[in-house]
Amino acid sequence: MDYAVVVALQIVSGVATLVIVSLGLAVVFGMMRVINLAHGEFLMLGGYTAILASGQGINRWLSILVLPPLVVGLIGAVVERVLIRRLYGRMVDTMLATWGLSLAFIGGVTMLFGNSVTGISAPFGSFGIGRFHVAGYDMFLVLASVVLSLIVWAVLKLTPAGLIARGTMQNAEMAAALGVSPERVYALTFAAGAALSGLAGGLIAPVSGVLPTMGTAYIAKAFITVITGGAAMLTGTLVASGLLGSVLTVFTFLTTPVFGEVALLVMAIVLLRLLPRGITGRFLRRAL
Amino acid sequence: MVGFRTGLQIGVALMAAVLAAVLLPRYLELFTLINATVFVSMGVLALSLGLIWGFGGILCFGQTAFFGLGGYTYAVASINFGDTTWAIPLALALPTAVAAALGYLMFYGRISDVYMGVITLTTTLILFKFANSTAGDQWKIGSSPLGGFNGIPGTPPLNVPFDPGTQLAPDQIFVIAVLCLGLCYAAAKLILRTRFGRVSVAIKENELRAELLGYDVRLHKMALFAVGGFMAGLGGILFANCVFVSPTMFSLSYAGQVIIWVLVGGIGTLAGPVIGCILIQTLTTYAGTLSMIDPNLLLGALFMLAVVAVPKGLLPTATNLLAKLARRGDES
Repeated sequence: MDYAVVVALQIVSGVATLVIVSLGLAVVFGMMRVINLAHGEFLMLGGYTAILASGQGINRWLSILVLPPLVVGLIGAVVERVLIRRLYGRMVDTMLATWGLSLAFIGGVTMLFGNSVTGISAPFGSFGIGRFHVAGYDMFLVLASVVLSLIVWAVLKLTPAGLIARGTMQNAEMAAALGVSPERVYALTFAAGAALSGLAGGLIAPVSGVLPTMGTAYIAKAFITVITGGAAMLTGTLVASGLLGSVLTVFTFLTTPVFGEVALLVMAIVLLRLLPRGITGRFLRRAL
Repeated sequence: MVGFRTGLQIGVALMAAVLAAVLLPRYLELFTLINATVFVSMGVLALSLGLIWGFGGILCFGQTAFFGLGGYTYAVASINFGDTTWAIPLALALPTAVAAALGYLMFYGRISDVYMGVITLTTTLILFKFANSTAGDQWKIGSSPLGGFNGIPGTPPLNVPFDPGTQLAPDQIFVIAVLCLGLCYAAAKLILRTRFGRVSVAIKENELRAELLGYDVRLHKMALFAVGGFMAGLGGILFANCVFVSPTMFSLSYAGQVIIWVLVGGIGTLAGPVIGCILIQTLTTYAGTLSMIDPNLLLGALFMLAVVAVPKGLLPTATNLLAKLARRGDES
């Protein structure tokens, strides 16, 4: 019984981690159709921000939750201005350019901080369920994923800024005719997506440890999740995270983490064979 | 059947390969020669991507998956057989079969370009992680341990067919590698002259139109993808012969480099990717000797610059320039 509860909690936290690392990508891809292959490196930069800030004696919560999105959001704005803006509408070129960016970030950070793992201790400690211990921070991540999804939903659905952003993505020319500057909306959306990725990096830093190539561990999973999710970015990401996160965790429990990831990939490829437009291409089409 | 121009190009390429095979081993030191073999094996890899991307419109981000599979199969099989003769067909068949299977899932699922890029990239990353995690005695295939992060350092070099006692020397392997590259180029050129090749190019130009004309787009793409897998596997075998197989063959930085080679050399040409590969390899080898700059940083910057500044690639840009100059010369 206790074991079942622990496994269930692990599944939930696996799903939550997937939601957290995919959300930034989902916003950038779902809204702007920009495939950002440097997403993993945005996570990595967020992680480094958290580590460096807490190393400077800044409050732990401030350095996990506040500074990473600010710093990475800023970096995202610069990247949009310098690189992405030149390539709108050229999907494959954008993909290639952001891949170059990803390599450059990995190289740059390796030069600055060295190729070693640094960590930050996880808050909360652990609590017991029968004979087992569960990390409190895992449960905090579950909470964080719920709050983050709610915030993204609320901003897009309830605020004027969200309305303008959604409108611009649907028809940029019409938005421009109504007095909105599409360029600014694109720039802000990209920065917001980057900020979400940065926050994700800060959130997972205590669990995963931080090193220059940490992004590569997450990028594949994040992409597969967003793409399996399909067109409705928030619903799709949540549903796909639920499905793939469960598969990942169950197989990790039964075999090894590597086979967990292999199972996730195989599952995703088979799903895409059956539903080429992703889950929300067939179901829940009108959701956000 | 083969046009004059194609014949000329194939002739020049084969001649260059033979010249390189005859001359270079005389003048280069052993170390440089082995390095050159590595470059050539990667040239085969670049050619495979140049073929499927430039002429089939299939942007595969994980061409290294087949490269690595070829290398690993070759190493494992030749250690188990104690002879490399039968390891080679096996190491060519496996990547081809995997490419065909992956191609089936992607093309028959009608997954769009972008999703395909992500799936192929993920495939090579998963293989990378898997190969990395195979350290320890429980991970063996037959008598060959997989070695995890360290790979298989004892990858045997090619031997004379059916005579495992006589192993080839590095300069002989270089000759074989160069000839393989030349033959692959010729084969790719010839494939493009066949009906199959022409239809593939037509599909790349306009998929819908090709389909409406009655061609089976999915089958053609899958077949071309399998040909690419075959060539990449051959590159992997050659690579395994001059270095040894290790998980880096699947790694993100290799996967990225292949794309850069093709991109810098020129999409839509076959010689371009090979030229791009050798140029950039030389550059990164040089950059590796600099302790100041991380090679990834340099590569990344180059990659972005190539996309933004020379989107067509070096070879087409150069040919265009030459053509312009020639025209100006004619007029004056």
